[in-house]
Amino acid sequence: METYKDPISNLDQNTAHQLYDTMLKIRFFETRESEILPVEQEGFAHTYLGEEAIATGVCAALNKEDFITSTHRGHGHVIAKGGDMRRMMAELYGKVTGYCKGKSGSLHIADFDLGILGANGIVGAGVPMAVGAAYSSVLRKTNQVSVAFFGDGALNQGCVHEAMVMASVWELPVIFAVEVNHWQCGVRAEWVYRPEVYIDLKVRGQGYGIHSVTLDGNDVVAVYQAAKEAVERARAGGGPTALFCYTYRMDGHFVGDIDYRPAEELDEWKKKDPIDNFERRLLAAKYMTASDIEEFKNEVHGLVEEAIDFGRKSPVPGPEVALEDVYVNL
Amino acid sequence: MFQEINNMRKIEYRVAVREAMTEEMRKDPTLYLMAYDIGPYGGEFRTSTGMYEEFGPRRVQDAPICEQGEVGVAIGAAITGCKAIVEIPFMDFIPMCMDQICNQAAKFLYTFGGKQGVPIVIRTAMGGYIRAGEQHSQCFENWFVHVPGLKVVVPSTPYDVKGLLKTAINDPDPVVFVEHKYMYPMKGEVPEEEYTLPFGVADIKKSGSDITVIATSYMVHLCLSVAAKLEKEGISVEVIDPRTLVPLDEEKILESVKKTGKVVIVHEAVERGGWGGEMSAIIADKAFAYLDAPVKRLGARNTPIPFPKVLEETILPTQARIEEMIRSIL
Repeated sequence: METYKDPISNLDQNTAHQLYDTMLKIRFFETRESEILPVEQEGFAHTYLGEEAIATGVCAALNKEDFITSTHRGHGHVIAKGGDMRRMMAELYGKVTGYCKGKSGSLHIADFDLGILGANGIVGAGVPMAVGAAYSSVLRKTNQVSVAFFGDGALNQGCVHEAMVMASVWELPVIFAVEVNHWQCGVRAEWVYRPEVYIDLKVRGQGYGIHSVTLDGNDVVAVYQAAKEAVERARAGGGPTALFCYTYRMDGHFVGDIDYRPAEELDEWKKKDPIDNFERRLLAAKYMTASDIEEFKNEVHGLVEEAIDFGRKSPVPGPEVALEDVYVNL
Repeated sequence: MFQEINNMRKIEYRVAVREAMTEEMRKDPTLYLMAYDIGPYGGEFRTSTGMYEEFGPRRVQDAPICEQGEVGVAIGAAITGCKAIVEIPFMDFIPMCMDQICNQAAKFLYTFGGKQGVPIVIRTAMGGYIRAGEQHSQCFENWFVHVPGLKVVVPSTPYDVKGLLKTAINDPDPVVFVEHKYMYPMKGEVPEEEYTLPFGVADIKKSGSDITVIATSYMVHLCLSVAAKLEKEGISVEVIDPRTLVPLDEEKILESVKKTGKVVIVHEAVERGGWGGEMSAIIADKAFAYLDAPVKRLGARNTPIPFPKVLEETILPTQARIEEMIRSIL
């Protein structure tokens, strides 16, 4: 597997802090959401626990004007793109102050004003839309870049294949950020991939003629560096890049899922935890002290609790909200 | 409106389609057209001849054969500042892209709490009578009538197709625009001047007093022929064309039914589950007291569409079957 060696020295301290802060936000948000959902909320949620480095590293390489498409496991993408955790939590509580007026819930949380073109309840469905946004950037001559986040499960969807074909042949400014998290729902990825393909999925991207990189998706610095290169390539008219980021879904498929994964597998990946690892490197590089880390954690804890409070206290939507926004005009 | 315009000329239905797209593309540089065969070939049914030469390859974009991805790309472009027309040459291929149309385009506005609609037009050609068999003859307009968030247009003449397509292109919501393969070479009067036709306004194609026949697309022409024949016997048939199924001009339809007291609904889609059932429910609900006979509906028989003439005519509506149905309640 290709990796970016010791790139932390290439980061300035400020960027390193931002990456750490974003990963913490995702971790704490998702941890608390897992606790709250069964007790206080309705519906379902799929958490991003364990995969924080990917959304964080990729989105840190983007501008506000750039586009992303997200997935059913989308909270991390929204936070990384700068989403407001209060409005996210309000949506999870089904409150009118939520991003979707409380109508759509976890599967659809997205901030359109931040260029997030939807989370998605349909696996893979956002990927052609990201390609379309890239097409639009070219047509409108804006230099915006699009990122499609999706998993190794979605990589087998027909529409993802179609999207990659079009991105490649039209040389569009789009990045495919593939979260290779080893499980598609309750199915082990190795059961649906040939092992020699799964071990290094960049062959999939190369098959489309797309510049493809396989990397450690739990290494936020590696992801950030790779994403930055991909963004530069895209903006310079060099076409698409596929980043195959190897990680692990630390939670079940959804909050409350049954337990079907071997304990030793979880233990092994726990050792590769993206946040713990980054902390060690931050300390070693003297980018942070132990007390800095405490301070960051306390602050993010506070923000997440504030978001929960906002969600709890926000008003429920009136019944008329269910009837709104079906058509712009009819 | 039709009569007030002086500079009439007779053009083919396919030319009317092309004129609508061309006129709008000249006005809006963000509007683009995508499909396979759309470019130098000039469109599967010659609806875009010359457009590639005028607008170039980015705005008249030949696509790989991947209907789902094409619609996804169009959505992505449409929510980021462009407008897109996707052509699915045969409506039989539209099942390939149902997710993007029904789960993505139709839901986007709702999910985003009214923030962003999806201004795409999915142009497609339905219908039989061309000896094309099971997978090149079907009418699926009903499916989209059933999905909140979509508009459904089913024009029957060159005049209607041009005016309604221009409206569709400028509509902020996703529109499924259903043309008819058999009608592409049909000529009709179309003004030289630019014009548009509103959605949700039915058109009385022939007024009459004894019975109301509701029909769309090519069925309008079959019904008009039958009406002309019956006229000679002193039977006065009113032929009304809703033109758009969503939104539906209930008022004008009910007015006609109340006037005649008898109604036959004709569509080419198979009868079971067709919009004729929906229409008859509306009539039964809102004009029951005015009815002098049961509401009748006629669609294709509930089988696939065979290819040879003798079998195709057994299945699809014909003038003889329409006439028989009308006479059965006179």
